[in-house]
Amino acid sequence: MTGLDRDAAVGGKVDDKSVEIFLGKLLRWGVLLAALVVFVGGVWFLAKSYDVEQNYRTFRGEPADLRAVPMIVRQAIALRPLGLIQFGLLLLIATPVARVLFSVLGFALERDWMYVILTLLVLALLVYTLTSGAGT
Amino acid sequence: MNSQLNTLEFTLVVALGSFVAGMLGSLTGLGGGVVIVPLLTLVFGVDIRYAIGASLVSVIATSSGAAAAYLREGYSNMRVGMFLEIATTVGAVCGAFLAGYLHTSIIAIVFGVVLLYSAYASTHTLTDPPEGMAPDRIATMLRLDASYPTADGLKSYHVRRVPLGFGLMYLAGVLSGLLGIGSGAVKVLAMDQAMKIPFKVSTTTSNFMIGVTAAASAGIYLRRGYIDPGLAMPVMLGVLAGALVGAKILPGAKVRTLRIVFGVVIAALAIEMIFQGVRGKL
Repeated sequence: MTGLDRDAAVGGKVDDKSVEIFLGKLLRWGVLLAALVVFVGGVWFLAKSYDVEQNYRTFRGEPADLRAVPMIVRQAIALRPLGLIQFGLLLLIATPVARVLFSVLGFALERDWMYVILTLLVLALLVYTLTSGAGT
Repeated sequence: MNSQLNTLEFTLVVALGSFVAGMLGSLTGLGGGVVIVPLLTLVFGVDIRYAIGASLVSVIATSSGAAAAYLREGYSNMRVGMFLEIATTVGAVCGAFLAGYLHTSIIAIVFGVVLLYSAYASTHTLTDPPEGMAPDRIATMLRLDASYPTADGLKSYHVRRVPLGFGLMYLAGVLSGLLGIGSGAVKVLAMDQAMKIPFKVSTTTSNFMIGVTAAASAGIYLRRGYIDPGLAMPVMLGVLAGALVGAKILPGAKVRTLRIVFGVVIAALAIEMIFQGVRGKL
């Protein structure tokens, strides 16, 4: 981007700064929403099983329905407390992904194609690790 | 310790501990994530894999939660952040893969060493690079140079040694994926020391990158069953609330003393992690 383009972009209100402020707000609302879902699920979970003895000493791994995205969504829709918490955590994990997605749009509005491609690479990696079976 | 506690008691104690960790992390700029794993493993006897899963989630919460305040100030450099995120996210995936193959004792020892480095790094105050440096060829090509607001108006800076910074960021990503931490200390090292980016820009851009890096390994941890909702819930809510309170009281806080105290606590936890790792207890 040349200096002239950059000035024009600033005049047209599509600059790094306004994109950043929008992103900041988006992230904060995303985190608050995620925290709310986790909190509701948590209170519910505690109300149901507050006197169960906990054991995190030995690693057993989570059951399959709390591991994969589609199963977690199903558990949350069925209003299972642990499913709700896990769904809130998914929303939380989605906030940085949304940030990257909106950065793609921000760079596209600035017509900075090199950074559109670089950002798409990061986005593709994030989507891949979240949706594929990689690492298991 | 947790064997005598029921779920409600355990949840409340973990939430309280996470709140304090989040507040100290935000006041000292070290992030709450570095103490969550030692707190859960050493104090509450939690398996290190559950601890790492819960810590990773809290790291995303503090990064995204603080982004609004950081981004409004206009210090962070989106291009530097996004370019380096290629290195950190690839590193994070490698680290998360590695975590599945390494013995938990080894992970505990690596964790201790990284904690010691974080404690050491916290005693150093960052200084801005000297002015009037020549532009760097790669940085110019990648359009990384920018300016940031100071008391005397906008100040421009040149980014240096991009390949070294990129390499260090890959390492930061591996550590983040392996240990479930934000690796803020290594990220700032890469940007401040290697790439000569002004410290206000490097700290805010680092915060901005931490969430994305953690998200890259979170999917892998989730599918491996490391993220337990019952444990992650009090950790995430506690750290987030603590970080928000910390940011509120930061202007009036005696940060220097706090940094030293927190640094000593971290160093002690680090040595204990290494010791327990060597004994094969973690």
